[in-house]
Amino acid sequence: MKSFYNYAFFDEGSKREIRRAALKAVALPGYQVPFASREMPIARGWGTGGLQLTLSLIGRSDVLKVIDQGSDDSVNAVSIRAFIRGTTGVEVTEDASAATIIQSRHRIPETPLREGQIIVLQVPLPEPLRLFEPSEYKTKRLHAEKDYSGAYLVLFEEIQRYGRVSTGADHPVEVHGRYVMAPSPIPRFDNPKLDKNPALVLLGAGREKKIYAVPPYTEVRSLDFEDRPFRVEDFGDAVCGLCGASAVYLDELVDGETGARTWRCNDTSHCASRRAARSEGRASHAG
Amino acid sequence: MGYIAVKGGQPAIEASIERLKFERLRSGRSVEVAAIEAGMRSLVEQVMSEGSLYAESVAALALKQAEGSPEEAVFILRAFRSTLQRSYYSRTIEPESMRVERRISSCFKDIPGGQLLGASADYSHRLIDPTLRTEDDASARAFVDDYLGRSFEPLRPPVLPKVRDILAADGLLRGFPPNDATPDDVTKEGLEFPTSRSGRLQVLTRGQTGAVTALGYAALRGYGAIHPTVAELRFGHLPVYVAGSQAESGDPDDDYYVGSIRATDVETAIPVQVPDDRGGNRIEFEIGYGFCFGRNETKAIAMSLLDFCLERKDERYPTHDEEFVLMHIDSVEATGFISHLKLPHYVTFQSNLDSARAAKGARR
Repeated sequence: MKSFYNYAFFDEGSKREIRRAALKAVALPGYQVPFASREMPIARGWGTGGLQLTLSLIGRSDVLKVIDQGSDDSVNAVSIRAFIRGTTGVEVTEDASAATIIQSRHRIPETPLREGQIIVLQVPLPEPLRLFEPSEYKTKRLHAEKDYSGAYLVLFEEIQRYGRVSTGADHPVEVHGRYVMAPSPIPRFDNPKLDKNPALVLLGAGREKKIYAVPPYTEVRSLDFEDRPFRVEDFGDAVCGLCGASAVYLDELVDGETGARTWRCNDTSHCASRRAARSEGRASHAG
Repeated sequence: MGYIAVKGGQPAIEASIERLKFERLRSGRSVEVAAIEAGMRSLVEQVMSEGSLYAESVAALALKQAEGSPEEAVFILRAFRSTLQRSYYSRTIEPESMRVERRISSCFKDIPGGQLLGASADYSHRLIDPTLRTEDDASARAFVDDYLGRSFEPLRPPVLPKVRDILAADGLLRGFPPNDATPDDVTKEGLEFPTSRSGRLQVLTRGQTGAVTALGYAALRGYGAIHPTVAELRFGHLPVYVAGSQAESGDPDDDYYVGSIRATDVETAIPVQVPDDRGGNRIEFEIGYGFCFGRNETKAIAMSLLDFCLERKDERYPTHDEEFVLMHIDSVEATGFISHLKLPHYVTFQSNLDSARAAKGARR
């Protein structure tokens, strides 16, 4: 397969077209740029938007990390990483700080990103107003007129119904004081990481054929009300059962036999590096 | 922990893929690609039509790899298509130039050139044929030799005028000025709403056969404002030309003939009310157009109905809503998004749990 296909799978013309859409997206933070999304060897809805961005950008000296719901070893992360590696031969890593391009589904790593890095987020539903208005023709107009009452209405109705905002992941954000944007189904916990992030955030929706971006150091605000401020997921005083981390996003595990509830870091490589550092520290202390 | 974050995802995936190969071959028999291409023409053509790539041997190969699953084969074909450089656009292909193998009209009994039934299962009884169990290559060849010995096979099928012209000659066809604008290509520019007709037709012809049929059926049955008659359905070979090196001259004699495609072409006549000059209404006919690679008459007819529905908006029915129709009939998009529900959703579900628990607390 390696020699049968061009470097990074696509023909060069296709890659250039995708990069043009990405450049426009960077110039208009939070605006969804339509693009001629290609069919990929992985299924629509499995990260084809992110994959097209990554393939259009990746050069021979790039170092790639792929994560799916916080894990480098999740089936889909393994599959996407193997595909990109197979068609480019680039170096791959699990270390978020060593990567130049991070393709991720539904998480922003716990390790803070830095200048020069690109994080590519896979997006299933790019339109933050879709719940309120099913028609693409109409939502495009609402964005043009900066009419976001629908987005607030959805949050308001949740408060009416449940006594509080009950969005799960994909809580809408306002970018650079202009466009309201779906941050992709990252947990609310990750929303604040988007604000003034030094890395370039690119978001790709393959099936819906949209690319959008948050350039470095752009202001990103989660939608809320003055008397009902935005809040992230609350894990109480739970800590990771493996590395002891608090203030990270946790997976909840239930023991099949005892029914006991335990917690683990969702970001597996962050957890592993914390444990490695700890055992190193212990070793040097003993020595 | 399901199929997540445990180390060892890679070997599990490799084992799963190897098992897939084993399941494909476990009978100990490998089906020849040439046999698929020769004996499964309908399936090959359906895959080419939905895959939006006219390449019989590649489609047959994809079907072998997919164990005959159309959705998998279309997926493979589309992904392959993404890697192909677009070198040429063909000259406009006029369906009048079709070398016709089958051509029927439900509007008129007598049409210039006649009704031509060709090969069709329409008039057969769908009784399963037990004799095919013992059919082999030798008996196939014997039949073909015998058939060719006693029937007249024209070297070149006829080129026939369009039935639509009869309606037009009677002044019953609603006139529209010819539109020679360069058609949109939805694979080069993303579809934007409102769409152009060329963009719509392209999405419809690439649509999944079952989805296009279902929505066309809904429009016909009651969820659409349409009363169609098939003016003409034709199936045959269409010649494809690309501009020669002296393209600027525009002289068709400089064009290169690159081959022919098998295709189905349908025009349905649909009565519409138009205001006359005496303050009343009169009935004229508009044409709904359907076209697809290969022989797929149901899909092409259903497409012609949807083409008309989308031209004439009607807010009462979803089949007249272009976003409803065009955004949901693509095989790769629909099957992909449905199947993504099989991916882990641990982070998002945890976030939902947090909201559900907190809402419970807030209510108390």
